[in-house]
Amino acid sequence: MIRVILPYHLRTLAGTGREVQLDVAGPATQRSILDALEAAYPPLRGAVRDPVTGKRRDLMRFFAQGKDYTLLGPDDPLPDAVASGAEPLQIVGAIAGG
Amino acid sequence: MTGVRVLVGTRKGGFVLTSDGKRKNWKVDGPHFGGWEIYHMKGSPVDPNRIYASQSNSWFGQIMPRSDDGGKTWETVGNEFAYEGSVGTHLWYDDTQHPWEFARVWHLEPSLSDPDTVYAGVEDAAMFKTTDGGKTWQELSGLRLHPSGPTWQPGAGGLGLHTILIDPTNEQRMYVAISAAGAFRTEDGGTTWQPINQGLHSDFIPDPNAETGHCVHRIAMHPSRPNVLFMQKHWDVMRSDDSGTSWHEVSGNLPTDFGFPIAVHAHEPETVYVVPIKSDSEHYPPEGKLRVYRSRGGGNEWEALTNGLPQSDCYVNILREAMSVDTLDDCGVYFGTTGGQVYASTDGGDHWEAIVRDLPAVLSVEAQVLP
Repeated sequence: MIRVILPYHLRTLAGTGREVQLDVAGPATQRSILDALEAAYPPLRGAVRDPVTGKRRDLMRFFAQGKDYTLLGPDDPLPDAVASGAEPLQIVGAIAGG
Repeated sequence: MTGVRVLVGTRKGGFVLTSDGKRKNWKVDGPHFGGWEIYHMKGSPVDPNRIYASQSNSWFGQIMPRSDDGGKTWETVGNEFAYEGSVGTHLWYDDTQHPWEFARVWHLEPSLSDPDTVYAGVEDAAMFKTTDGGKTWQELSGLRLHPSGPTWQPGAGGLGLHTILIDPTNEQRMYVAISAAGAFRTEDGGTTWQPINQGLHSDFIPDPNAETGHCVHRIAMHPSRPNVLFMQKHWDVMRSDDSGTSWHEVSGNLPTDFGFPIAVHAHEPETVYVVPIKSDSEHYPPEGKLRVYRSRGGGNEWEALTNGLPQSDCYVNILREAMSVDTLDDCGVYFGTTGGQVYASTDGGDHWEAIVRDLPAVLSVEAQVLP
């Protein structure tokens, strides 16, 4: 079970709380986790990555254990602690705008 | 009793204002989608409780909520807007070519006959259509792939398709407007398009009389006379009596002919409303006086409507999507400001009252009459 912490707007969009738990098929990567997230919460489809191109939205970042994993490739493995569920993957909306 | 619902899109959420037919006491419901930009909300003419909303922001992209109960509850439908075929490029601000990139939906125009069919005008400029209530969207790519497409250049707010008008006597005929490509017409439901900008004159583009490249801000039409169109251009208020084939200026005695919205009275096809703005550099009313101007003769002769509107120290803007009329008798006229007020007149513009104040900046206003 993989744990994911969502930013406020994605919680309201998905109708869920701060943290969700996901069954992820295969290795824990950005792509596999987002696939599982969108499957479990269809309103989130397209909110973290473009629904057509699959490209991460510019203001979306991914953190775990206090480190920024945003620039990993979408199929690169995330830390074991994320894969095991010991630590959550945190999706963060960059501070911008007004 | 007949009621009125006014759908208000703002920079930070959507609001639903409702009143009975007297239009004196208003209930404000919202914000829906708090914190999100709601560029537009519009209900189906055949099922007013079916409402579509364009919800977006810079972080999370485009969301497409739909309501089947008049805005009380919403469900998220499809948000996949894929340009069809070769994406190509258009002109960027610096005159380089720039790939077409979907940013957001600016305008939603439900079909006049089917609540599941909706047209969407998007940035970068293109038109999409759904026939399944918003679950899936297909591009009507003949517009974007018009030979002039690579020359289209965004206005300051982006390359947005912001106006869609459907001819009620022939739904195959539609008009759209794009900032800053101009106006276009289709006669075949959106398969093919032709520019309709003859007579427009824009001093700020290399060829002031070019076939495309004009910054059209809004077009309005009375449903009983779909061949007559009124346009608020970047500068100039224009009129066409031949379905947009040619245009002539009707700015007449307006204090300034710069502005964004334009609307037509629900029962008087020659009565037109605009809100003059000082200039393209100063987006607020001249002299700090918020004045709607009304022409009862289809343009040229305009009268200032001021009763109930602030006549000093007012420096709000009224955006292109933020004016609407209802079809009650007398005609109701509504507009929203970037200061968060929504003003209403229940007598065709003679008297105005703020029906809500202090909302976030208003992006769009749509009035519905409820049975």
